[in-house]
Amino acid sequence: MQRLRVRYAKRGRLRFTSHRDISRAVERAVRRAGVPVAYSAGFSPHPKISYAGAAPTGVASEAEYLEIGVNRPCDPRRIRAELDASLPPGLDILDVIEARTGTLADRLEGSVWELRLPGADPAAVEQAVREFSAADRVEVERLTKKGMRRFDTRQAVCSLAVVNGTGTTAGQETVQPCVILRMVVRHETPAVRPDDVLMGLRLVAGFAPPSPPEVTRLAQGPLDAATGEPADPFDLDRAGGDR
Amino acid sequence: MSVESLFPRLEPLLHKVQKPIQYVGGELNSTVKDWDEATVRWALMYPDAYEVGLPNQGVQILYEILNELPETLAERTYTVWPDLEALMRAEGVPQFTVDAHRPVRAFDILGVSFATELGYTNLLTALDLAGIPLRAVERTAEDPIVLAGGHAAFNPEPVADFLDAAVLGDGEQIAIAISEVLREWKEEGSPGGRDELLMRLASTGGVYVPKFFDVEYHPDGRIKRVVPNRPGVPSRVFKHTVMDLDEWPYPKKPLVPLAETVHERFSVEIFRGCTRGCRFCQAGMITRPVRERSITTIGDMVEVGVRESGFSEVGLLSLSSADHSEIADVTRGLADRYEGSQIGLSLPSTRVDAFNIDLANELSRNGRRSGLTFAPEGGSERMRKVINKMVTEEDLIRTVTTAYSQGWRQVKLYFMCGLPTEEDADVLAIADLAKKVIKAGREATGSRDIRCTVSIGGFVPKPHTPFQWAAQCDHETVDRRLRALRDAMRADKEYGRAIGYRYHDGKPSIVEGLLSRGDRRVGAVIRAVWEDGGRFDGWSEHFSYDRWMAAAERVFADEPVDVDWYTTRERDEHEVLPWDHLDAGLDREWLWQDWQDALSGAEVEDCRWTPCYDCGVCPTMGTEIQVGPTGKKLLPLTVL
Repeated sequence: MQRLRVRYAKRGRLRFTSHRDISRAVERAVRRAGVPVAYSAGFSPHPKISYAGAAPTGVASEAEYLEIGVNRPCDPRRIRAELDASLPPGLDILDVIEARTGTLADRLEGSVWELRLPGADPAAVEQAVREFSAADRVEVERLTKKGMRRFDTRQAVCSLAVVNGTGTTAGQETVQPCVILRMVVRHETPAVRPDDVLMGLRLVAGFAPPSPPEVTRLAQGPLDAATGEPADPFDLDRAGGDR
Repeated sequence: MSVESLFPRLEPLLHKVQKPIQYVGGELNSTVKDWDEATVRWALMYPDAYEVGLPNQGVQILYEILNELPETLAERTYTVWPDLEALMRAEGVPQFTVDAHRPVRAFDILGVSFATELGYTNLLTALDLAGIPLRAVERTAEDPIVLAGGHAAFNPEPVADFLDAAVLGDGEQIAIAISEVLREWKEEGSPGGRDELLMRLASTGGVYVPKFFDVEYHPDGRIKRVVPNRPGVPSRVFKHTVMDLDEWPYPKKPLVPLAETVHERFSVEIFRGCTRGCRFCQAGMITRPVRERSITTIGDMVEVGVRESGFSEVGLLSLSSADHSEIADVTRGLADRYEGSQIGLSLPSTRVDAFNIDLANELSRNGRRSGLTFAPEGGSERMRKVINKMVTEEDLIRTVTTAYSQGWRQVKLYFMCGLPTEEDADVLAIADLAKKVIKAGREATGSRDIRCTVSIGGFVPKPHTPFQWAAQCDHETVDRRLRALRDAMRADKEYGRAIGYRYHDGKPSIVEGLLSRGDRRVGAVIRAVWEDGGRFDGWSEHFSYDRWMAAAERVFADEPVDVDWYTTRERDEHEVLPWDHLDAGLDREWLWQDWQDALSGAEVEDCRWTPCYDCGVCPTMGTEIQVGPTGKKLLPLTVL
């Protein structure tokens, strides 16, 4: 069985899709596009599509990953075009390669997140980032599937920086200057999410964004020990597999 | 005048609500047309949550048909959940369409499809959020025409105050006709304002405008008469019937949502109407005559629908699907076409006979045989004669025995409680029936691994049926019988554990009864309930019986009527019923005769296979039964 690895984006309004919404949409798109997806055996066969760490509902992403098992060899470029045409605009296929290595999920060690903070005071954000970065531990609480959990956010954050940019303020169409937070966060258990880091900023420095931040995952992949940045998780497959 | 998208104002709220994707739109096969290029603009509403409303066939069909018209656009709107409603009120965001997030008030028509009366409070939420006055008489040229359709619109009187207009029957052709009237009126410069537009619609006799009719009452509360209050308004309003379903093969491009909905499948109506004559069944009475879609059109629709949607399940819908004249060829042909694929086919199976099992076997060819559903509806032989459900106990036992012996492990049986003339024994008979079903199944299979589930709900008498005169059973009696039935089944050591039991308590049925057979005086109750916070009455977690009763008590304090008067009171032959001026084609004298036949247990055959019994629909409507066979077969897709 050939396995195809897919990088896709969820953009704009479709960032409000949940993981379950996306899996239904992908299954239907696969059928519409005529992708020869393999099915599991057994009482109720399921298409062999697996998803790696989906971004939360409400968060956009330029770097989501899934893997499709197909029962005859396919040209990844063709699958990319056909699947993209079958998905609603906003769920966009960015890259398809043939898997030549082991588990993809293992290679998704960290993510780059971008948080647009419309209306926020740049100086206050800078100050909060400094205090957060100076701390050893910043513990937050969040309701998880296993109940209320308390965990550290600081150690998972490899880098946290303020970049200036523009964005739209909630409720307005016009583009205005806005503060952008860029962070690289290592994937841990429990997962440290961008909103956990924001909660951390509130706890250490009393900073709270005036309106809901626009959050986007820009990349995920194996963390480079030297730069602390994620590399393309498809590099190994492109290079021809495990060595 | 262009209209701006509300999405930038809605978007910040979506972070704070459950399942935000339902408000975002962008479904596959949805359409956004240019606002300024359209003359006639429809907002189509299904007055329930998106997850229930999106799959609705009626809305999808009209949405597609209207958007195919060059100068017309149609968008959809659904009831927002209370979490978003509160935020929209706080932020001043009005009711929006999910397609282009345009404000509902900017449209020319707000068409609301009422499949059930329990959506009435949701209509008020939408009107209020939209900034449209609740009362039709308070609306201005700035407000859309609020138009109701769907089965509940066959008695729109309880919501008459809130509606500008209502249409009865199939929507395809009348929606186009209304668009045409509206377009001409607008192009003439909207002469005479709203009233002239409503007058043009009403004068055809095909659109009901409640405010053009006055209702007079007797001192005892009964209706004296309902008459038009201005010249040119016909005294009766007629239903609409699409005669050739092959000419209307919609939906062609089913809407495929991103959000999860209650029906995740592509549905094809294989016929409309039903002449089995079950006396409780409003759908069967008001959708006459039977009109079949041909086997070849069904095959084409399934092929296109599956290709366009990517759905993996296809439902063949109708009121009694096994009754299609070529259903065996339809199921065999589709099963052949999709054998080995992952496309599943389903047929709502309610007919109690072996033929139905043959069909189910065919459709489950490459799937599993899990459960089959049959609907005897009445527990005793006597009860089934009263409701004209012609199934004997022998039929049922023979049918389930066949099902179990052919590998089906679970049989679900549907019943109703509180039927006219029902006594405790009629309901307790269901327990005996269920035991016999299990006994027969165990004997046929030699296995104890079989189950039977009894599903039962309270009966609500509906307008335009022979039971429209009947007293509804009070909820205390219904609940007592449902408990007694549960106890009788549980107490049985030999079979009790193989019988599952699902039932609904009787209180919601009383509210449904009030809304089903109510008149214009009930409108104030609906409004009072809504003002008291009543929302989503079809959802048990939101429904409050006490709220409805308290509101009714306040509203009816000075009236000679109360909830019992509307529900548990039997009407006599000559009482003017609130919907008598709305014509479903059924002859009132025939309905009364059928009600008398019910009381004496006399049965009526299906007119598809036996001579006409003069229900009145075909001559009144100028229609006739449209059934096959066509003699055609479905060829393999590779041949086409």
